[in-house]
Amino acid sequence: MMRPGFADPVQDAQSCFRAVLEALSRPGRVQTLASGLTPPAPLHPATAAVLLTLADAETPLHHDAGAEADAWLRFHCGCPMTAAGSAAFVLAVTPPPALATLQAGTDEEPERGATLVIQVEALEAGSGWRLRGPGIEAEHRLAVRGLPDGFLADRAARRGLFPRGVDVILCAGDRIAALPRTTLIEEG
Amino acid sequence: MNRDEAYNFAYLDENTKRMIRRALLKAVAIPGHQVPFGAREMPLPYGWGTGGIQVTAAVLGAGDVLKVIDQGADDTTNAVSIRRFFNRVAGVETTTHTGDATIIQTRHRIPEAALTEAQILVYQVPMPEPLFRLEPRLAETKRMHALADYGLMHVKLYEDIARHGHIATSYSYPVMVDGRYLMSPSPIPAFDNPKMDRMPALQLFGAGREKRIYAVPPYTEVRSLDFEDHPFRPHRANASCELCGSRSSYLDEVVTDDRGGRMFVCSDTDYCETRQEDQQTENAKGEAA
Ligand SMILES: [Zn+2]
Repeated sequence: MMRPGFADPVQDAQSCFRAVLEALSRPGRVQTLASGLTPPAPLHPATAAVLLTLADAETPLHHDAGAEADAWLRFHCGCPMTAAGSAAFVLAVTPPPALATLQAGTDEEPERGATLVIQVEALEAGSGWRLRGPGIEAEHRLAVRGLPDGFLADRAARRGLFPRGVDVILCAGDRIAALPRTTLIEEG
Repeated sequence: MNRDEAYNFAYLDENTKRMIRRALLKAVAIPGHQVPFGAREMPLPYGWGTGGIQVTAAVLGAGDVLKVIDQGADDTTNAVSIRRFFNRVAGVETTTHTGDATIIQTRHRIPEAALTEAQILVYQVPMPEPLFRLEPRLAETKRMHALADYGLMHVKLYEDIARHGHIATSYSYPVMVDGRYLMSPSPIPAFDNPKMDRMPALQLFGAGREKRIYAVPPYTEVRSLDFEDHPFRPHRANASCELCGSRSSYLDEVVTDDRGGRMFVCSDTDYCETRQEDQQTENAKGEAA
């Protein structure tokens, strides 16, 4: 049987959106989503909530989360599935594809850059990476467990493309943190 | 809660909200860049802030406290209509006190009271394109933003200086956001521009007719364009408020009678009233002591 989506689609999507907005506005600050979701494995509640909040028939999705998640995402978001290179949202529950393979938008329409949702093992504020950039007064710290080693280098190598780029939302359990394309990251 | 159940929460349907929310997130990720969105018809005419209303509708939740100002005042027809609209379609609490609001929708001013991390400022924008007077072709302005080619705006400001001895722009004074995008701050007085710089609150901008959304994330550098020999100097009437005595707030000159009587008062009515109340409390304390 299909597991349910939001119990209150209007209010739950609104509160999850505000958490995502807050996450992107203050990169590295960890937000908790009270989504009430029990999505099929391997999706964590926060991962499912972010996609349910933002993805729909207008946003082609690419994911690596398997058949059960695929059915759930198709049913509740109604989004078409596509290759990573043409997706508006890319969900990675295993090591994410190289950023160069995703849509980065154009200099005139950088908003067409993809949003990469990465499900990780754990997110903890206050230690780990040192983040700077818009949304950050001085420095935010963020510790992420479960990202492949090359992620930061891959991201840093593409910084010169700005305003083109990919925005990242990290999800673990019921928590999220975001790394918009503007955020500079140093290893802690 | 007295929400009218005939409407979806906050009026917009969920598909429209999702579309606007996606545009808002990309706007935050690319500070100062104008993101197109599929603006919807709203039950208020253009010029009444339909862009700001759509942004507020996509962001607003049942727990928010909404303040709406027009030229600094909470009691103009425009501000009252928008506040009533959201009270009806979303049942949210509204306030006139800047400090009590979680979302402030504004036309033409930034409140005098410093905003906090717990607040979002939503601007109503009639014309989002800062270059539109200089370059009417949309494709050309897009190219200029893509290349950060803003020489035309510098030339315009320099011509101002040559003609008037100073930069004559006093509203919609163009700013650079995070050193990359030229942005219109909406028709706020240049006096308010410095408040945008590294503001702890998130700033969102909605233009309904032009169908554009843009944003300034918290603590982001917002610099008014200027020249080394002509630094940016926000103008303020050299007077104090007749009602609260403020010498630092932005003042409106109001006509007091039909014989040409005039006086200066704060444009931000909540700021002015709060100061007057504080002064009365102080006076009462003084008398009691
Ligand atoms: Zn006053």
